[in-house]
Amino acid sequence: MADTVEMADTVTPATPHLEAVALDKSYRNNAEEVPVLRGVNLQVAKGEFLSLIGQSGSGKSTLMHLLGLLDSPDIGEIRLDGKRIDHLPAKTRDELRNRVFGFVFQFYHLLPELTLIENVIAPLMIRYSTWEYWSRRRELRDRAKEMIDQVGLSHRIKHRPNQLSGGEMQRAAIARSLVSEPQVLLADEPTGNLDVDTGKGIIELLQRLNTEHDLTILMVTHDESIAQRAQRLVRLKKGQIEKLHERAA
Amino acid sequence: MYKYLLCQRYLRTRFIALASIISVMLGVATMIVVNSVMSGFSHQMRDRIHGLLADVVVESHSLDGVTDPDMLMRMAREVSDDQIEAITPTVEVYGMLNFNFAGQWITKPVTLIGIDPVGKSKVGPLRDFLDSYNPVYEDNQVVRSSLRGPDEEPNWKLSDEAMQYRIDKIDRQQWYKEQLAALEQENPGQTDLNPANLDGVTAPESTEATPEAPAETNTLMADDPFANPFQGTAPAEVAPEDPYELAKGRLYVGIGLVSYPYRDPETGKMKLMMMAKPGDDVRVSTVTAGRPPEHAPYLATVVDVFKSGMTEYDSNLIFCNLEELQNVRGMISPESGKRAITSLHIKLKDYRKAGDVVERLKSVFPPDQFAVKTWEQKQGPLLAAVEIESAILNVLLFLIIAVAGFGILAIFYMIVVEKTRDIGILKALGASSNGVMSIFLSYGLALGVVGSGVGVVLGLLFVHYINEIEKVITYITGRKVFDETIYYFPEIPTAVHPSMVISVALGAMLIAVLASVFPARRAARLNPVVALRSE
Repeated sequence: MADTVEMADTVTPATPHLEAVALDKSYRNNAEEVPVLRGVNLQVAKGEFLSLIGQSGSGKSTLMHLLGLLDSPDIGEIRLDGKRIDHLPAKTRDELRNRVFGFVFQFYHLLPELTLIENVIAPLMIRYSTWEYWSRRRELRDRAKEMIDQVGLSHRIKHRPNQLSGGEMQRAAIARSLVSEPQVLLADEPTGNLDVDTGKGIIELLQRLNTEHDLTILMVTHDESIAQRAQRLVRLKKGQIEKLHERAA
Repeated sequence: MYKYLLCQRYLRTRFIALASIISVMLGVATMIVVNSVMSGFSHQMRDRIHGLLADVVVESHSLDGVTDPDMLMRMAREVSDDQIEAITPTVEVYGMLNFNFAGQWITKPVTLIGIDPVGKSKVGPLRDFLDSYNPVYEDNQVVRSSLRGPDEEPNWKLSDEAMQYRIDKIDRQQWYKEQLAALEQENPGQTDLNPANLDGVTAPESTEATPEAPAETNTLMADDPFANPFQGTAPAEVAPEDPYELAKGRLYVGIGLVSYPYRDPETGKMKLMMMAKPGDDVRVSTVTAGRPPEHAPYLATVVDVFKSGMTEYDSNLIFCNLEELQNVRGMISPESGKRAITSLHIKLKDYRKAGDVVERLKSVFPPDQFAVKTWEQKQGPLLAAVEIESAILNVLLFLIIAVAGFGILAIFYMIVVEKTRDIGILKALGASSNGVMSIFLSYGLALGVVGSGVGVVLGLLFVHYINEIEKVITYITGRKVFDETIYYFPEIPTAVHPSMVISVALGAMLIAVLASVFPARRAARLNPVVALRSE
């Protein structure tokens, strides 16, 4: 495993928290192979707020999906704290998604049948067996409430997603991604569907989480101004890393 | 946990899925109703078939019979006395029943069974079927209480009512006879028309009061040279001293032989027209036991009418007094004076041991002379037909539920497609493929449970109120749905077997789960990235 580490573009002294090594991914469109990622190396340090920028079709979302184990690469590896995780059995990967990664999507992706608090608590329901969940439901509910409180939605706990505004839904989605106490938050265009002011609010929330809770955040965006707010910026173009910017927060 | 929560939410929010529940529900309800009614019918029918047959019957192949019933009974008791509760000898033979109704002679083919009524009632519930032991109902009201007390052993005497009827009738006949005699004296030329006249006079009268068969003319006109041509040897045997005395032959006649249903023009209700009643005399013809068999007619009094509910029996069987039948058929050995019988009816203490008893009896009754059968074996084809019928019906009805299953499959598939994105979300949140699959499986199970639960309740309610429902339908359509004159049941018989209800409900649930397997697997296999992208 260690033999490919040298290929990394930026070498951080410690083992990177999350690492993509020489990722290749292509999608099959009818008979045609469409390459999406071509040898991408990326390292994310612990507590870092990294934004991944690129035009649509540049493969940034795919990279994020690969990092979050939603998909598996054709070639290459995903490493978490130096350990390869992309080849693990489905069950373990499901568990990693549940415990290590938190996802925030452009279209919020809340479950329409569930109320806000149920949506937020869903990762915990998934994590624990029915019995365990039932016996710990008070504690888990309190944790979910705390998260909802952090994103400022305490007054809308019983509302359904369709009764919430876009910004509120995104906050709820963030609360949901945080309730499982993840190590890495993967945000795919979190502001893509929001107006500028609301978007700004969301970014501020992410920044606050990053600084206050030392949460590692990887944000995918195509919006230059939003990307600039991250500590570090990685630019993707046609499936390859184009440029890396170091930037103080 | 999320599985159940989501499954419960889907159940509450997807009304289209409720449509598939309804089909499951209706299927389950129909199956329960049909099965209950079928098993009610078949239970009643078995009771009735069994009622007139005995548990085990030993029959001689020859209609001439085998002599010495006492010896035969001893033989039977010797091999299985521990199992035999009662045993009675009978003579079974074919014959014809003739009686006069409304001026016409009616002839019916019958099976005559000569019995000892006390003995017969010990091997089977004979008196439950006899008219005089049962009250007569009309519209659930007792219109005639039973004529004989429950303690009275079945016998060959007329009930008081029948006797009164007979006396009135014979008096009336006597009066006619006197009137005719007077007429003859006044106008001797008219005598030629006597028989025709008699019929002409009797016919309108019989329709006006109770329909009656002037078969008695045979007896009464015994010494009249102009009496009707049916006059046989019988009249000579009848002692004319007591004009009301019963003929030597006594009969319990199947109700179907002496009645026909008709619609009352005033009320529109179905009623039975009795062509011969207890107290009437009829003629029975059979064959003698000699070689070659000869015509053996005799006169008999109808003592009672039986109604077993089995058309096959009610329109074919006549029970008659054993001794008279043996006399008429010449079944008494001239040397020893011993009588012959054709079959033994045996009641067992425990019917479950019937197979064993049949085997033991077969060892003493040689198969070239006797056939030993249980009542089920005797009625094998009929019982098998009922069973096959209900099995086929069950298969067909289960197909209804299977159709409902395909409905669930289609609707589930749609729901899975609709929920693709949510499935992607769940997977992104860490739900396993099995977890996603079990959402839909438990959804299917929930639909099955709800559907079959409501179906069971509905079906049981329907069965419970089936007669009320039948009345309502009859009232609405104006057509009798369940005609008791056809089925012989006052109401629709039902029997609910818990095992049947449970298996129907479980079957429906299983089908619902099976139908959701395919969509659930599709949901489980969805690639989360693709699923998330779907809008």
